[in-house]
Amino acid sequence: MTAYDVERGDKVHAGHPVTIDRYTTAARINHWITATCLVLLALSGLSIFHPSLFFLTELFGGGQWTRAIHPWIGVVLFFSFSGLFIRFWRANLWRREDGTWLAQLRDVLAANDEKLPEVGKYNAGQKTVFWGMSFLIVTLIASGLVIWDQYFAAYTTIDQKRLAVLIHALAAIVIICVWIVHVYAAIWVRGTISAMTRGRVTGGWAWRHHRKWLRELVGGRQTHS
Amino acid sequence: MFPPLPNPPVQPMPAKFGEQDLVRRSASNVAPPARQLTQVAKLIDTSKCIGCKACQAACLEWNDLREEVGINHGVYDNPLDLTPASLTVMRFSEWINPETQNLEWLIRKDGCMHCEDPGCLKACPAPGAIVQYSNGIVDFDHDKCIGCGYCIKGCPFNIPRISKVDNRAYKCTLCSDRVAVGQGPACAKACPTQAIVFGTKEEMKQHAEGRIKDLKSRGYKNAGLYDPPGVGGTHVMYVLHHADKPEIYSNLPNDPKISPIVEVWKGVTKYAGMAAIGTFAAIGFLHHLISGPNRVSDEDEQNAERLTEDKT
Repeated sequence: MTAYDVERGDKVHAGHPVTIDRYTTAARINHWITATCLVLLALSGLSIFHPSLFFLTELFGGGQWTRAIHPWIGVVLFFSFSGLFIRFWRANLWRREDGTWLAQLRDVLAANDEKLPEVGKYNAGQKTVFWGMSFLIVTLIASGLVIWDQYFAAYTTIDQKRLAVLIHALAAIVIICVWIVHVYAAIWVRGTISAMTRGRVTGGWAWRHHRKWLRELVGGRQTHS
Repeated sequence: MFPPLPNPPVQPMPAKFGEQDLVRRSASNVAPPARQLTQVAKLIDTSKCIGCKACQAACLEWNDLREEVGINHGVYDNPLDLTPASLTVMRFSEWINPETQNLEWLIRKDGCMHCEDPGCLKACPAPGAIVQYSNGIVDFDHDKCIGCGYCIKGCPFNIPRISKVDNRAYKCTLCSDRVAVGQGPACAKACPTQAIVFGTKEEMKQHAEGRIKDLKSRGYKNAGLYDPPGVGGTHVMYVLHHADKPEIYSNLPNDPKISPIVEVWKGVTKYAGMAAIGTFAAIGFLHHLISGPNRVSDEDEQNAERLTEDKT
């Protein structure tokens, strides 16, 4: 079995505690650019989605500025996320243990990690977030271009624009929910956030949540079935 | 002959309606107004229109708009479509009546229909950028417009146009500024054949009735009034010689209504979407409250250390 989920730059440092390099500096910068874009897009998008949130346009310099800037942030996000996709897609391929892990969602939520199958660099929840984000971002950029009237109004019919604006709104709601799951999981599972800030996690964190990945890293890529 | 509207007095006078008469305001709730204004309407009689475009000229003139000098496309339509400056255009279509084999030249003055249930207003996300007065006039407040183009998606008649210069939406105002001082719209004032008349909606319906009777007596058995119920009726109505086939008048919609997609987008999606986001956030909060953080234990760290030492 190939160690598909060990990414370039992943490295174990023996010590007390053991520390593991999980994300390279480039991956972290890439992530935080994407994250910033996603938050700005959610704020600007929500401000023109629901009247009670229209006041959020003030953050962007008013309604006209919000309308003008939102699609451009979307373009930055699309390319930034594409970078993340290229980095992470292999390690997010679906594996047999992912189904088992997902079937035991009750144990996941109860933090009974010892009852769960050993998983690689990403568990089924993270993989769902990854593929969900990927699919939704493609949907959002595609539907977003259709309703970017300033430059592309002439290329589609009004009926197509109506459909696009509904799809855009629905996809945006779902991606915000996915984002909530992503952020909550990072907060709830203590020791996770340092992976994206300093790039490192402790050995104990990897043992508890990504034991297969840890074994691959220390064991010269040997895996347990 | 419909009695022409009198000229207004020359001394300044207060506006007859304003903010206090709003029945709808985009992206906001308004308290029902204390008084109900008499509903107004513009009636466009296609059977009397001679296609002179005096209405187009009057519209540009009154609203102080200048259309860029265009080119002749070989047809009478000029400009070819509504623009941010041309709030009304005459649309010319040649139609061969299958019953008589006569060529009929159907001319329709296109522009905002001032729907009783305005799709533009429903779609607009900017508070107060689109308003509706209790007399039926639907107006755009350009200072509040953000230029998103949602009004275009909401409109069943394809009327609003976004300016490339200032990124704001424009359409016919039914000359709300003129109506506010007891005048009729500039187009109605300029029309030499009274194909365009303006008054209360009731008056206009009555006037239309007479016109339809006249047309029927001349053999136009399908003559009728275009006041589409799908949008709650309109405050710009047409007398059509062939009211059973509005689409022959340069694609005047047969049964216009706000697109169901727009209704879903601005209806259930808006509320269900906010509820979904709120629910996810609440579940996260409650989960943390109930089950507490998922911490790495010392045992986990020791296990990792043992594993690492064994292998190195």
